[in-house]
Amino acid sequence: MLFHSFFSTLIGKKITLHLKNDVSIEGTLTSIDQFLNVKLEDIKVHNADKYPHLLFLKNIFVRGSVIRYVDLPFEEVDTALLQDATRREAQLLKQKSMGDPKTLAV
Amino acid sequence: MDAVALPDKYYTTTSCIQDLVDKIVFVTLRDGKNIIGVLRTFDQFGTIVIQDAVERIYTQKAFGDIDRGVFLIRGENIVVIGELCSELNTDAELGALSVSKLPIEEVLELRRLELESSTSISKNTETRLKMLGFSP
Repeated sequence: MLFHSFFSTLIGKKITLHLKNDVSIEGTLTSIDQFLNVKLEDIKVHNADKYPHLLFLKNIFVRGSVIRYVDLPFEEVDTALLQDATRREAQLLKQKSMGDPKTLAV
Repeated sequence: MDAVALPDKYYTTTSCIQDLVDKIVFVTLRDGKNIIGVLRTFDQFGTIVIQDAVERIYTQKAFGDIDRGVFLIRGENIVVIGELCSELNTDAELGALSVSKLPIEEVLELRRLELESSTSISKNTETRLKMLGFSP
């Protein structure tokens, strides 16, 4: 859930997706769901000569499972906040597992 | 699913695909196929149904269509679902890309030739590497 919330803060920003089929798509993030499926608008395809058909499209929906990397705008990412959130989530998980006798036995 | 009960407008896959229903979409599949047609319905796994589907086959300078009728695609095989730009007319698009529509038989022949030349290039590389003592 952490990364869903994180990506929600980037809605309206320009990001670049590198897909597993070696296509790179740059566009404005319009929505993100729990599987990190992404919707982009005003897209630009980096290797367009190889994939001419993607030039016809303005808005696209990309399935989360086919994304290899995401390029984020550096100035929009608050790394300190993200680290903090990650620690808090880890702490929460730890507390949860401490409370669970089955996990305690292991 | 009751749309009002959703915790956040764009929390689920459903709300992401909902805007595309009844529009002409362009779907790229994991095996490289490109399907164009009207998106009619979908489910929570991302399975979609395309009506009046055509499979579009591209070569470097041309493309061709094969009619596929109704196409049901399991979600895991989808790479990209795109909304086709309606403002651009087809001729302008094609002019910009310098590709032309040809009968499917010709396109398949062109693609076969392209594939053949690319495999012969890789065969060449293989034999050269072998000569240098590398085995694939």
